[in-house]
Amino acid sequence: MPGWRIGNLGDRLFRGIAATFATIIVVVLLVIAVALTQASRETLSAYGFGFVVGQDWNPVEGANEVYGALPFVWGTLVTSFLALALAVPISVGIAVFIAELAPEWIRTPTGFVVELLAAVPSVIYGLWGFFVLRPVLIEHVDPALSRWLGFLPFFRGAPLGNDVLLASVVLAIMILPTISSVSREILRAVPNTLREAALALGATKWEMIRSVVLPYAKSGLTGAVILGLGRALGETMAVTMLVGNKPSMSLSVFEPAATMASIIANQYPEAQGRQHSALTEIGLLLFALTLVLNILARLLVWRVGRLPGDAGRA
Amino acid sequence: MSVRLATVAVFAGLAVLGCKGDGSSPAAVGSASQAAKLPSPPADVSLNGSGATFPNPLYQKWVAAYQASEKGVRINYQSVGSGAGIKAISDRTVDFGATDAPMTDDQLGKATGKILHIPTTLGAVVVTYNVKDVPDHLKITPDVLAGIFLGDVKKWNDPRITALNVGVKLPDQAIGVSWRSDGSGTTAVFTDYLCHVSTGFKDKVGSATSVKWPVGSGSKGNDGVTNQIKQTPGSIGYVELAYARQTKLPTMDLRNKAGKFVEASLEAIAAAAAGSLGKIPADMRISIVDAEGQAAYPIAAFTYILVYEDATDAAKAGALAKFLWWGIHDGQKLGGPLHYAALPSEVVSKAEVLLKLLKASGKPLLEGK
Amino acid sequence: MDLAGYRRRRLVDLAVRGACVAATLVAVVPLVLILGYIVVKGGAALSPAFFLELPKPAGETGAGMANAIVGTLTLVGLACAFGVPLGVFAGIYLAEFGDNWLGTVIRFCSDVMAGVPSIVSGLFVYALVVVPMGRNSAIAGGLALAMLMLPTVTRTTEELLKLVPNALREAALALGVPEWRTTLWVVLRTAAPGIATGVVLAVARVTGETAPLLFTSLNNNGWADGIDQPTASLTVQIYQYAGSPFEDQQAQAWAAALVLVVVVLVLNISARILVRHRVAGAR
Repeated sequence: MPGWRIGNLGDRLFRGIAATFATIIVVVLLVIAVALTQASRETLSAYGFGFVVGQDWNPVEGANEVYGALPFVWGTLVTSFLALALAVPISVGIAVFIAELAPEWIRTPTGFVVELLAAVPSVIYGLWGFFVLRPVLIEHVDPALSRWLGFLPFFRGAPLGNDVLLASVVLAIMILPTISSVSREILRAVPNTLREAALALGATKWEMIRSVVLPYAKSGLTGAVILGLGRALGETMAVTMLVGNKPSMSLSVFEPAATMASIIANQYPEAQGRQHSALTEIGLLLFALTLVLNILARLLVWRVGRLPGDAGRA
Repeated sequence: MSVRLATVAVFAGLAVLGCKGDGSSPAAVGSASQAAKLPSPPADVSLNGSGATFPNPLYQKWVAAYQASEKGVRINYQSVGSGAGIKAISDRTVDFGATDAPMTDDQLGKATGKILHIPTTLGAVVVTYNVKDVPDHLKITPDVLAGIFLGDVKKWNDPRITALNVGVKLPDQAIGVSWRSDGSGTTAVFTDYLCHVSTGFKDKVGSATSVKWPVGSGSKGNDGVTNQIKQTPGSIGYVELAYARQTKLPTMDLRNKAGKFVEASLEAIAAAAAGSLGKIPADMRISIVDAEGQAAYPIAAFTYILVYEDATDAAKAGALAKFLWWGIHDGQKLGGPLHYAALPSEVVSKAEVLLKLLKASGKPLLEGK
Repeated sequence: MDLAGYRRRRLVDLAVRGACVAATLVAVVPLVLILGYIVVKGGAALSPAFFLELPKPAGETGAGMANAIVGTLTLVGLACAFGVPLGVFAGIYLAEFGDNWLGTVIRFCSDVMAGVPSIVSGLFVYALVVVPMGRNSAIAGGLALAMLMLPTVTRTTEELLKLVPNALREAALALGVPEWRTTLWVVLRTAAPGIATGVVLAVARVTGETAPLLFTSLNNNGWADGIDQPTASLTVQIYQYAGSPFEDQQAQAWAAALVLVVVVLVLNISARILVRHRVAGAR
């Protein structure tokens, strides 16, 4: 912008307003961090770092009252990573299909349909998961898993419906569109000259994808996966409705668990005193966790190329 | 264009606010036939309350009936759990709270004003289950019940259960324990009972609106637990009587202090209350679990509405006091069909004394009653 | 040429292609299942009463969610009123004046904000608005939703303004139009359909949000007497009824899910049509 215009009052005013509004974003973010820290003072000073590794969560007032976040961190990580394990291969498959294999006429509608999955509200995933998917898992999948794989610690115990497995499967469906649409953009950003070079050397499509496209897009794809993880970590409604809400740490996917978001949704409305502080600190932890992940993902994705309108898909 | 769009968005927002703000019927999705059904004049007073899910079916009935006769009052009751009700009244984010677990001295001490407990009805917490081909009214003793909720009794065909139910064929199926994931007065009453009858439970778990359960999974609200049990074969859980009856779930007959197995019924709840009448303190905070008496159901409880004794907004406080007065008198007969027992007359008179204490800026609200 | 080797390579290639097609199908199946269930279950429960009546105690017939529909509109309207002007101006700043350290910081914060879990924004608004105000309210709910809209609107505005050719700016400035008018009336106008798309997508997202409303707008069994009162919304109502043991309330939840999905999908599809228009217009 030409410097001599700065003197114009209207322009200065306009610029000031725009700058103020833009700065509000920064302020809000800072205020969130400060407000959450402020409200979790009591447990921050009572437990310090021990809060994060504390294994016990017992809100009954008296001698047994204790707050530790580990069961929720555990529940959050287990459900999220299980969801990733289920969703990543499928999402990358979709991305490759849409970006590399599908003819033009099938590409757009498929991409559209997959992205519609992202538009379905999470409370509806919870509703569907509870009434439709849960009976299927109880009657068919769980018994089969415990019969054939019951010797593994991951499939021990009596499946009763609301458990890690159910929550993870629904989470996987929810994060699938996030990962696949970002991956697709990443694959599209791979220069065509690379593809042509590989094909010209006699590579099949798959050989081209494996030896040229995927290596080029590797860090971008990692970023896509981390964005999906970010969504899974913070997901509240569907998980709260399906995970069983029991703060425990078990290896078995047939056991109920509780996540950081689910314990907040369940206990925050009643929490007073130290429990309130502990829940706010879990909120703060969740905030910090997603913050770190987002930074990481964006650094990785940016290395390949900026995503158009990416914020909207996060 | 984008500015225009933004403007449109803003105006759409304002239009919605405008039509709500002046209290006219929300015309956003309006039609002539609808406008007739909506309360078109603005309510003179809006009362917001939240808390226990235990009496929610009754309170919804009360609100509907009361609003039909008192046109100027609008009441919004949200069943978010007793714990949340206690917090909401303490934080003053509602006009009234509701709980089945009386507030502790500690909680009352932290509140910024004097909170009164107005008893509204009597209910029971029942143990309900979903086991295929097993009849209603399984018999259970307090120690076996505690054993199930502690995770010591793991299967339906455990000898401790079968011994009590000779002739009933119980399956070799795992017991799925279901409990409340939100802060709940129902949980407080139930755990209060288990602490009375089992020292093991008292030491390991204790009693509160939220506790740390050794086994099982949690759902939100009395509705959530009821739904969970309905949908899960092999499950067991505790809910308010009305929820079990309305959804036709089977309930267990509990052995009471006198050694009799008692089904939860209005009479058995009234019997439990009758045994405790002499002990009710002036502030009404009392636990009537594990009551004396041959016919008493052992897990009965009063449920309360929580109000500040001295309010600032006279119009609201006046409307609330009138509503509560109506509730402890006219409202009582609405309870029976929903499986809530009417308050004994001794309790009603004590509640009247409390309601007459209500005032706004020092001025009594229910003069002449 | 090694024919066997070639055949093996062809087979692997085919297998991988098949796997990719399978993956796509696996993703499409749940969508079809979910939408199918919602349409069947929700369609069966949908009636005029659903749009015209208030919720009723379990067991009574003819209940509806008129208040929740109006409530959702109110909440989203408020979110737009708070979030859109803020986001658009922030986007203008980033695109037109943001090539400095402040711009970088804001851009970064905006991206971070997009990843903040929605329940955390609910916690935040509860502490900052609900407690001081002494009441759950539509305003609080709208603010929590606006926080979720803000990053999307900001970044979309920025990216679309950057696509506007500089020649347009220069032409207007050369005619003596002040910079602020140029930006608002020339640059912003050109980018408007794209920004509208971003806004519509953001609206679609927040319409389906539940978690930030749990502690802010809460719920209401009847009409809210103004935006400073607890307000019903379709999503919170679904959450409540999804846990209900009463079949009529479960049916209401499915009906609400159908209405919500239709609204959200229509918003998404119209956003795409807006995009196509922009592309067509540019040609």
